[in-house]
Amino acid sequence: MHRTAVKKVVLEGVLDANEALAQANREKFDQAGNYVINLMSSPGAGKTALLERTLERVRGRLRLGVLEGDVQTTLDADRLARFHIPLVQVNTESGFGGECHLDANMVRSGLGELPLSDIDVLVIENVGNLVCPAEFRVGEDTRVMVYSVTEGEEKPLKYPLMFRSADLVLVNKIDLLEHLDFDLELFIANLEAVNPGVSRMLVSARTGRGVDEWCSWMERRKPT
Amino acid sequence: MHELSIAESVVQIASRHANGRRVTKVWLKVGHLRQVVPSALGFGFELVAEGTPVEGAELELENVPAAGLCSNCGAKSQLGNFPLKCGACGGFDLELLSGEELFVESLELEEV
Ligand SMILES: [Zn+2]
Repeated sequence: MHRTAVKKVVLEGVLDANEALAQANREKFDQAGNYVINLMSSPGAGKTALLERTLERVRGRLRLGVLEGDVQTTLDADRLARFHIPLVQVNTESGFGGECHLDANMVRSGLGELPLSDIDVLVIENVGNLVCPAEFRVGEDTRVMVYSVTEGEEKPLKYPLMFRSADLVLVNKIDLLEHLDFDLELFIANLEAVNPGVSRMLVSARTGRGVDEWCSWMERRKPT
Repeated sequence: MHELSIAESVVQIASRHANGRRVTKVWLKVGHLRQVVPSALGFGFELVAEGTPVEGAELELENVPAAGLCSNCGAKSQLGNFPLKCGACGGFDLELLSGEELFVESLELEEV
């Protein structure tokens, strides 16, 4: 048998398939009138605690829904269940290599469980990871990153892809500042170096500092 | 790791375009700013390709350097590591011209 090789030009973006699904999600959100936040962080930055404080405050003012992407347990979702909000958890372990982030298809699979028309702001709580979620759009309006002061000042320089993609950075656990050797100015300078002019707020899920500001930020974006 | 997700997507794209033929080589363009670790991607590619028409194919990465146009002085320069800055004046306000590529450029297919 004679074999020959041919070269075929493809020019297809590695993320094109995900982008198309993200666009489809986007259309669903627009139809339902949702403002969608892709909430990202490293593990243990305090996303869920911050969401708890947020839900306590916006109750009655803003109809919040949460799509939760969690790897190991249902623990995070359990913590939010007491608020009786539209809440769905997406299993990220189904895809091979897909356990480190939510992609547009995983988000789509969870949307059927959510009453989108009863939601003003949908928070998509991404998997705690500083690399992978940055690559995958899920149909969000904005990307908010929760960063803990316990993570040190250098992370923006080590993970620029993620920090560059954020529209707002919530600098969390700010109450710990006096106990830590964390140079806030240096962190901000590093953040500015990869994402000039990015918005940021200093918050503490423990003391509640800055949570009102963050809630107002969300309320201003509630679709009318 | 994101290399594994990228590998998965590359194998899917290559399998689809192969139309039942065997893929012997894949050329992938990767922008410098994508922070892809070539060895991790190569490893992931081999793993994911198993049992597909792409199994055993060679993966050739072409690194695309990052380049930017400075809004301050108008110079075009190659960009290194973060913070990205103009090679001429040191300014940070840049329009990215390249460095964010991530696409399958072409495939080598076996015709029987
Ligand atoms: Zn310049």
